[in-house]
Amino acid sequence: MSHSANGMVNYLNHDKGIKSWLFTLDHKRIGIMYLVAVSLAFLAGGILALLVRIELLAPGETIMSADAYNQSFTLHAVLMIFAFIIPAIPAVMGNFALPIQLGAKDVAFPRLNLASFYIYLIGAAIAMSALIVGRIDGGWTFYTPYSTSIGDGILFVTAGVFVMGFSSILTGLNFIVTVHKMRAPGLTWNRLPLFIWSIYATSIVQVLATPVIGITVLLLFLEKAFQIGIFDPALGGDPVLFQHFFWFYSHPAVYIMILPAFGVVSDLMGTFSRHQVSGYKFVALSSVAIAFLGFLVWGHHMFVSGQSAVSSVVFSLITYLIGIPTGVKVINWVQTMYKGSVQFKSPMLYAIMFLFTFSIGGFTGIMLGVLAIDIHLHDTYFVVAHFHYVMMGGNVIAALGGLHYWWPKMTGKLYNETQAKIAAFLVFFGFNLTFFPQFIMGAQGMPRRYYDYLPQYEGYHQLSTYGSWVLGVGLFLIAYYLLVSVFKGKKAGLNPWGALTLEWTHTTTPPDHHNFLETPVVTRGAYDFHLARHLFEHGGEVTELEGMGDGASTLPETPATEDATV
Amino acid sequence: MGDNGSVWLPDAMSTLAGEVDALFWFVFWASTIIFAMVIVAKVYFMVKFRRTDETYVPEPVEESKVLEAVWIVLPTILTLIVFTWGFEVFVKLNTAPPDSYEISVRAQQWSWEFQYQEGAVSYTEMYVPVGRPVKLVMNSSDVLHSFFVPDFRIKHDVIPNRYTSVWFEATQAGEYDIYCTEYCGTQHSGMMAKVVAVPQDEFNKWIAEQSQDLPPAELGLQVYAQCQACHSVDGSAGIGPTLAGLYGTTRPLADGSTVVADEDYLLESIVNPMAKIAEGYQPVMPAMFSSTLSPKQLDGLVAYIKTLE
Repeated sequence: MSHSANGMVNYLNHDKGIKSWLFTLDHKRIGIMYLVAVSLAFLAGGILALLVRIELLAPGETIMSADAYNQSFTLHAVLMIFAFIIPAIPAVMGNFALPIQLGAKDVAFPRLNLASFYIYLIGAAIAMSALIVGRIDGGWTFYTPYSTSIGDGILFVTAGVFVMGFSSILTGLNFIVTVHKMRAPGLTWNRLPLFIWSIYATSIVQVLATPVIGITVLLLFLEKAFQIGIFDPALGGDPVLFQHFFWFYSHPAVYIMILPAFGVVSDLMGTFSRHQVSGYKFVALSSVAIAFLGFLVWGHHMFVSGQSAVSSVVFSLITYLIGIPTGVKVINWVQTMYKGSVQFKSPMLYAIMFLFTFSIGGFTGIMLGVLAIDIHLHDTYFVVAHFHYVMMGGNVIAALGGLHYWWPKMTGKLYNETQAKIAAFLVFFGFNLTFFPQFIMGAQGMPRRYYDYLPQYEGYHQLSTYGSWVLGVGLFLIAYYLLVSVFKGKKAGLNPWGALTLEWTHTTTPPDHHNFLETPVVTRGAYDFHLARHLFEHGGEVTELEGMGDGASTLPETPATEDATV
Repeated sequence: MGDNGSVWLPDAMSTLAGEVDALFWFVFWASTIIFAMVIVAKVYFMVKFRRTDETYVPEPVEESKVLEAVWIVLPTILTLIVFTWGFEVFVKLNTAPPDSYEISVRAQQWSWEFQYQEGAVSYTEMYVPVGRPVKLVMNSSDVLHSFFVPDFRIKHDVIPNRYTSVWFEATQAGEYDIYCTEYCGTQHSGMMAKVVAVPQDEFNKWIAEQSQDLPPAELGLQVYAQCQACHSVDGSAGIGPTLAGLYGTTRPLADGSTVVADEDYLLESIVNPMAKIAEGYQPVMPAMFSSTLSPKQLDGLVAYIKTLE
């Protein structure tokens, strides 16, 4: 069919002009707009991180004052967590790939989808306006009464977080409905790509957890405006109550950040091993289970806060309930390669990197979950290293893998694979050099959020700062070759990775404005490579589509049984 | 790193630090071993099953239920061990012995204030006796703070509307850093102090020296607590003579001579009790007070005795 040729009309060129982007209802274009927005947030947050690391190169003042430092690391955290990590995978890759993987023309509510993008921008603007209203320092946790004692900035930040969160609620609702109602014929739950499962679980958490931060904003506002004692001890409130509210949202938010990464890694491991993802059902359902259990462990952030010892014990125990299935997932991903056919393209390098860094994040999480050890490690650099291994070593590494994976489909262009491999190595080396020394200095007692420090920690801080430069070079290299590829890159084929999900097998590159001309029919699971042998007869890169979605599958009429996907 | 620290952990200088460390090392090695196994398997699979034939499509692998059960049961057992162990040590860390020496800790932006039962107050250094449990009862004057001594493996938030507490027993004399570990503003990283652990008698001396704000006689009254077992202040006889109405009188001594009980006599009898033995009493008074009491305390004690009628 002539449709399969490149250079035809697609979602990027079917309509031109800035308005056709700003008012688009196309999930793919909204995904691209999110990509631009979150990349800018990541750039700003990353530059702040580099500045923070330079300041810590030596004890005492290096390049900035204590106040500037305290605000820098706070802004770094707010930008990275709320404006980058939370929306990164769901809003960029979820928006781009989820409807196509489902065989749908778009999400269930395209207008709501566009609205959620603008709500995200407004939320980010409200949060940033806190800097104008007053200072905001002390990290992303904003514990009262300190945060309320320095002005009204906290009202703006939490309100901004809530508005950005509302954007995630709308995206989440959209995805939940889309997954339930718009799957292509034959696409049963057991055939869904694990990326869909994880975004689905994430969406549930987004819808349920985000309102809590809204309640918190309201209570803060009532306290400020009417002097009702809620969190402020001077008015008879309880500052520890704020911590409960904060973590009741923010701990589930940790799963909003990590579950999508599980999905991306599952897709990458399956595709590049050309093999079924080991323990498919376990990986799929444990994501949903983690989404619910994630609501019951917020107190493990508060072992030394003054909450009752009994609560701490219960929270510690439930934390392990989550730790175990997560560990089993890592084993499943490793097992996926067993007797597979493993190819090391740059997206796969990130998946392999993820198994290393995320495992370290997970094991140190077990360490922190142990009550007696947490007392020593709480609020030290050990915790800083732990959550960077989970958030960056987990989410960001997976997001980079996903970006490299979907980039050819998004843009129709191939990036330079050699440069991509060099960058992947720099990111891996730089990341570990930055954050591993932080485990050691934290265990040695170096507290977090310290502008100045005692001389015994200087060596670790220097290593960490040098690592941040290597990491920075790697990330800028990625930005460089991706941008170059848009203008000078080779044209990408239809299915360069030999993947089996619908965006690769049933759409052109880049996809058509309407994704499919007609609804595709699904006859096998997302990773049933053994049922698609005919696609690989000519080599690794699949150069023809299975169908343009005209309903006529090229597959033999023996549909895969449910068992084949288990 | 000092004498018993390691690459990972600072010196263990409290009675419970060793127990926390044992647990740390258990989790550390269990994690390292399992992590190494996962990474070895990963690298082996990467090499062994790398794609050599672009057209090869592998068959799905029959999954082993036994292996799957092992993946779930083994980590569950391990984590339950770690949880139970961590719980036990946690309870110990939270239960101060009843005979603990109590110090009140007040935190404020950005300093620590330590108040001792004897009335002494210190700021940059918290003196504690070695080998005796010390319980800190803590409160904040403004925002949240957190009291952290890495060498003792203790930490607890200090909050404005409630008392919180931690306890420890220092095992060796020395100086140990105190950090604030809950962000509290501009000078958060400057909110440091030191625990100065000293032997009990040195501690007693220090605490007396610090009680300088008290009038001498009141200080003496505090010190007298160490004397009351033998010397009454109401005229009744004890192991030693009563102190009531002693000052200024002429005292008969065991060797038949007499002495006027002036300041010099009182001081001499305290620091060198064998020099002049009062008539009718045995020479049993310990001669240790010259080393355990400071000059200020001795002056105070003398001043106190002078007030007794």
